[in-house]
Amino acid sequence: MKPAPFAYVDPRSIDEVVEHLARHGEDAKILAGGQSLMPMLNLRLARPSVIVDLNRVGGLDSITERDGVLFVGALARQRAVERWATPRLPLLAAALRLVGHTAIRNRGTVAGSIVHADPAAELPALLLCLDGAVVARSRAGERQIIARDLFHGPLMTSLRADEGVVETRWTLPPTAAGWSVREMARRHGDFALVGVAALVILARGAIARVRIALFGAGPVAVRAEAAEHALAGQTPKPALIEEAARLAVERLEPMSDLHAPAAYRLSVARTLTARALADALARASEGGH
Amino acid sequence: MGAKYFGAAVKRREDPRFLRGEARYVDDVKLPAMLHAAFLRSPHAHARLGAVRTEAAARVPGVVAVYSFGDLERWMKPLPLFGAPPPGLAAAVKFEIRQAQQFPLCRERARYVGEIVAMVVADTRARAEDAVERIEVDWEPLPVCVDLVSAAEAGAPLVHEEWGTNLAVGFRHAVGDVATAFAAADTVMGETFHIQRYVGMPIEGRGAVAVWDRRDGTLTTWNSTQVSHFVQQGLSAALELPPHKIRVIAPDLGGGFGTKASGYAEDVLVPLAAIRLNRPVKWTEDRREHMMSAAHARHQVHAIELAARRDGTILALRDRIWLDLGAYNVWGIVLPYNTVAHLLGPHRIPSMAVEFQAVVTHKTPNAPYRGAGRPETVFAMDRAVDRLARQLAIDPVEIRRKNYIRADEMPYDLRMPYRDGNPLVYDTGDFPAVLESALRASGYEEFRRAQAGLRARGVYRGIGISGYVEGTAIGPFEGATVKVDLAGHVIVATGAVSSGQGHETSFAQVAADALGVPLDWVTVIGGDTAAVPFGVGTFASRSAVTAGSSIHDAATQVKEKLVKAAANLLEAAPADVDIEDGQALVRGAPASAVPLARVVQACIPTFARPGVASPDFEASAYHHVPTVTYASAVHVAQVEVDVGTGHVKLLRYVVSHDCGKVINPIIVEGQVHGGVAQGVGGAMFEEMVYDDEGQLLTGTLMDYLVPTATDLPRIETVHLEYPSPRNPLGAKGLGEGGAISPPAAIANAVEDALAPFGVTIRETPESPARLLALIEAGTT
Repeated sequence: MKPAPFAYVDPRSIDEVVEHLARHGEDAKILAGGQSLMPMLNLRLARPSVIVDLNRVGGLDSITERDGVLFVGALARQRAVERWATPRLPLLAAALRLVGHTAIRNRGTVAGSIVHADPAAELPALLLCLDGAVVARSRAGERQIIARDLFHGPLMTSLRADEGVVETRWTLPPTAAGWSVREMARRHGDFALVGVAALVILARGAIARVRIALFGAGPVAVRAEAAEHALAGQTPKPALIEEAARLAVERLEPMSDLHAPAAYRLSVARTLTARALADALARASEGGH
Repeated sequence: MGAKYFGAAVKRREDPRFLRGEARYVDDVKLPAMLHAAFLRSPHAHARLGAVRTEAAARVPGVVAVYSFGDLERWMKPLPLFGAPPPGLAAAVKFEIRQAQQFPLCRERARYVGEIVAMVVADTRARAEDAVERIEVDWEPLPVCVDLVSAAEAGAPLVHEEWGTNLAVGFRHAVGDVATAFAAADTVMGETFHIQRYVGMPIEGRGAVAVWDRRDGTLTTWNSTQVSHFVQQGLSAALELPPHKIRVIAPDLGGGFGTKASGYAEDVLVPLAAIRLNRPVKWTEDRREHMMSAAHARHQVHAIELAARRDGTILALRDRIWLDLGAYNVWGIVLPYNTVAHLLGPHRIPSMAVEFQAVVTHKTPNAPYRGAGRPETVFAMDRAVDRLARQLAIDPVEIRRKNYIRADEMPYDLRMPYRDGNPLVYDTGDFPAVLESALRASGYEEFRRAQAGLRARGVYRGIGISGYVEGTAIGPFEGATVKVDLAGHVIVATGAVSSGQGHETSFAQVAADALGVPLDWVTVIGGDTAAVPFGVGTFASRSAVTAGSSIHDAATQVKEKLVKAAANLLEAAPADVDIEDGQALVRGAPASAVPLARVVQACIPTFARPGVASPDFEASAYHHVPTVTYASAVHVAQVEVDVGTGHVKLLRYVVSHDCGKVINPIIVEGQVHGGVAQGVGGAMFEEMVYDDEGQLLTGTLMDYLVPTATDLPRIETVHLEYPSPRNPLGAKGLGEGGAISPPAAIANAVEDALAPFGVTIRETPESPARLLALIEAGTT
């Protein structure tokens, strides 16, 4: 369990980083927190010829809020974001607490987890749920990719080989929003067998806006748009929640693996969606948090 | 013997170095000019081995040597095999036994994924792994046998063609008149239970470092083994060297659990390379290697039937048992017969008939792992008892009260031999008292009272019971040497190896009491073959009894020598002299006390005078135990099942147990906790999974799930002491017990929680997917 040989570079600026990416393309891999990459290197499942270590690039670990948007630098550790989010964005904080263990979150980055695009990871689904985006940089410049355009398949994104993510962006919901994140994992800290994040904003007793995002329920994290449509504008009732949960899983095609067959994931996705909506609605009717 | 330390909650003396990160494991041994080994392992479950081309590998920078079978043929001797039935057992049970030889490197064919094909030695491990990838092998894949139940049927691909069958151990065993009992019974319960393949997963994997001293032809090897003397014997045969030219040192071990008690190819390959290259060689097992090549365990099927009266009295038992040994039958009758000898446990069942088939398949070989057949057999038995109770609408406690052997029936003769060939006679214990104390501690009655109300609110809680009786501390002996230094301080050396059990504390307690010295005067050395000539090792819950008794015997002999010398010095009769707190004194005359250092020093000859006695304050003992001691326990698990997800939350876990006289309650609790954690792993999480081609699907700890702290409840223990008459300490073995009952207790609790759904638990582990499928099938 030692990596295959690779070259290592540790540039000091983003410009240098994208130069390396432009030069090596698919053969290069960015190292940020290393919590997914290092095991894959040691198992020789990933064999990049060049590791571009992001950790010596200055200024990438910032966490800032501006005009209702949270900006998270590519090197911001999950634990730092969790601390920031605990009083301000409890949905994200709760989701982060489900990511591995503290020691993992002390190293792992938010951006790294998102671009790794593991279908069972929490953060890609959270990016969908919070109308987020990533900012990708290449020699050609910067572009923003919104969450729904980012995830293409298991461990696959729409990022080009010459692009690196420098920032993730998250829309901050109003403080009165209700939220919930629920997942089923074999053990605390494991990748979820299946999970769901939900965000609900009530206006005069009716559902003004709702976001539901599922993870571990298919090749990529997905928004449950049919369920969101069914809920929008409605007054919450148990039957409506059940119907939304049914719609949320209607088109899903989860995978089977050692830990659970697809049918299990489908059944539990529905159960957890109903529970998450109930939680979120309860929080929303109490005025959030 | 004054019991000053025996029984006291002495803090573990070894813990500070572990907690500070100052322990020394095999991988911490770093020698000048040391090389590193990596292995090419078979990617096929069954394949004929053609040419092995190593030229490209040998050209990788840093590579010093590449070996396949042909390169080392002169030294390719079969790995050790164990488990022939001892005479007393062979006379009583007719075994059909087949054992095939395995060589350190594959010869002609590979029989499981992970079997070693070639060895690379290089200046770094990373470069050795680079070279392993460059070795080219001509493989001819062959048909694969993976299914345990059909392995011995006609037409199954054969693992060892020369056998003509995959049956490795077959036997029938019967006590009493089963046919009559079944014919006369009011009711018969029959079920088939599957216990999965799960394994010892020490945090520290295996490893070896070897250094050859060409000056005097001496090999020193550090090995993460539970059995340093067995490794020494194996190397003596393999390398054709006398034992005293081979020093095997088991330094600090990060867990053993039986996994490190087998003889492994790497034990001999690393020393062979060190000798041929005349440089130190290290190999440290990585986790992927551990998954595919360290011993696997468990994996049984029981088709069990109980015949009973309407009131729950069990009259007879029939069981047909299959066991998957993997590709080599390394351990002979050990696992099969252990399974049978522990099937009845605390139950008074007069008639039993068992048919056993242990088969070979194209998987990693099995070995005893903490419990060694007992968790499997107890799962079958306690699940069967619960199913019978349900069938008869009797509470699971009541059926056990009715069938547990009473204290007034002790010693209780099961009318069959134990695995050591001696009669299987429970020495001491009070199983009903253990049961009642466990029920009290777990609040059984209150739980039952609350259960229905909770169910009405959609909260599904269950409580499950499992009890076992365990033959512990198998002999024949353990070696111990006790000696005193010039300061009157004490060195205790034993063949028993501590893989976390706290020997440096508990054995020091035994020696300090026997000698009359302060605890901190005693240094305990385990697992170094240079420190004691003959030894066995630590496994089978044996060291407290076997090594403890030998240490007690040797220390007692040394004390006699010290007393005699002190008597000369004090000019008193030896019968009037005693040793207390490191001082020799005439009884009743505290003013006469002299430090032991003075006694020892007075025996050292000077130019002026000879000593007052010989300074021979040393003794070795090899205490022979008559047979095993029988420890027992009752475990009670409380669970809550989320019927929407199948998730099981362990609410409480109670262990009430008897391990005879307790040397150190802190260590006993730690042993119970660790065992329970591994039992919970088997009950809920761990499973080695192979596909139909014999490929191992659980290659990492992301696939093979061991429980972590967050998955475990507080474990509550109740200690009951029924001393064994079979050793001078009154102790019984303890190491494995905690791991035996959790699969059964938790499955019983889960089934109890899900009773409204009519669920029957027939297999382990209780994964959420498995449970949700049962719940959904029960609902519709």
